Amino acid sequence: MVRVLLNAPKQVPKGQPFNVKLLISHPMESGQRRDAMGMAIPRHIINQIVCKLDEEEVFRMNLFPAIAANPFLVFSATAEQSGTLTITFTDDNGVEQTETTPVEVV
Amino acid sequence: MKPVLLLLALLTAAAAPRSGYDDASPETRAMQDDDDANPGFLWVREGEAQWSKPAGPDGKSCASCHHDATISMRGVAARYPLIDTVSEQPMTLDQRIAQCREERQRADPLPPESEAALGLSAYVGLQSRGMPLHVRADSPFVAAGRRLFETRLGQLNLSCAQCHDERAGMKLGGATIPQGHPNGYPEYRLEWQAMGSLYRRLRDCMTGVRAEPFAPESLQAAELALYLAVRAEGLKVETPAVRP
Repeated sequence: MVRVLLNAPKQVPKGQPFNVKLLISHPMESGQRRDAMGMAIPRHIINQIVCKLDEEEVFRMNLFPAIAANPFLVFSATAEQSGTLTITFTDDNGVEQTETTPVEVV
Repeated sequence: MKPVLLLLALLTAAAAPRSGYDDASPETRAMQDDDDANPGFLWVREGEAQWSKPAGPDGKSCASCHHDATISMRGVAARYPLIDTVSEQPMTLDQRIAQCREERQRADPLPPESEAALGLSAYVGLQSRGMPLHVRADSPFVAAGRRLFETRLGQLNLSCAQCHDERAGMKLGGATIPQGHPNGYPEYRLEWQAMGSLYRRLRDCMTGVRAEPFAPESLQAAELALYLAVRAEGLKVETPAVRP
């Protein structure tokens, strides 16, 4: 489990775009570096982030090694009805983590 | 020429301290200004969890004695380093947290620069955000710290003052030399891609001039931290700051 800050407005107007902010604590090791002994440090990055509002996918992103450690992401979404925003990300070690936050349409 | 330089140095010293925030790029400043974008808050949340996590044989946490940190720790970081009444030595906030953990909680010390140690320090520091640094300046340790600040060190034979007093605002490579104030620690450095303590900054600076860094628990490191805080008198605490 890594530490994640997921921030979306608690209440959003129906059909209006709102911003989702996501900050993930992750080394995002590029695989290009070598350690003090000259051995290659294996690549270890988050490679995919998927955001769903209930069952509907609203955002998907593939990540590549050029993204810095502790990536910060902002994207927008719209909601027609209240639901749960679910963010799932997967890293190179196959670790999958899910964060959720409720969104209420007013 | 010499009197002019001296006058210039005096004028620089007399001017109000300028936070590293003002020398950072607009992007870096924006990152610090938005708590959702500031990666330092990943550590703050870790510290918040540590605050109420029991440790040691009695199962005591920080919260067992200090209760709500947002009330009890308000303004604390703005007063440190201070002169400890028992040891009569200067003590930094990080050292106080470590001391509390070992003597009051009787728990294993948190490794320096670990997520938990930095997190606790950042969480405590955050409670003083926006408050002006005000450290007692009337001890001989301040003068000792000032001497260290002005002492040439290492193979490059440079003192802290030569860069951060005399050449602050000028360029070192592409980067603006800041005045070197300790008002945002522990802080997130983009260069480190991580949070780091003031000691880590000092160590990196000393390695940079190819000197042997002061040991983390040494009196010298505490004296220097104390002088830096006195030198930054009145600057607002920015913990967790974001710096290039």
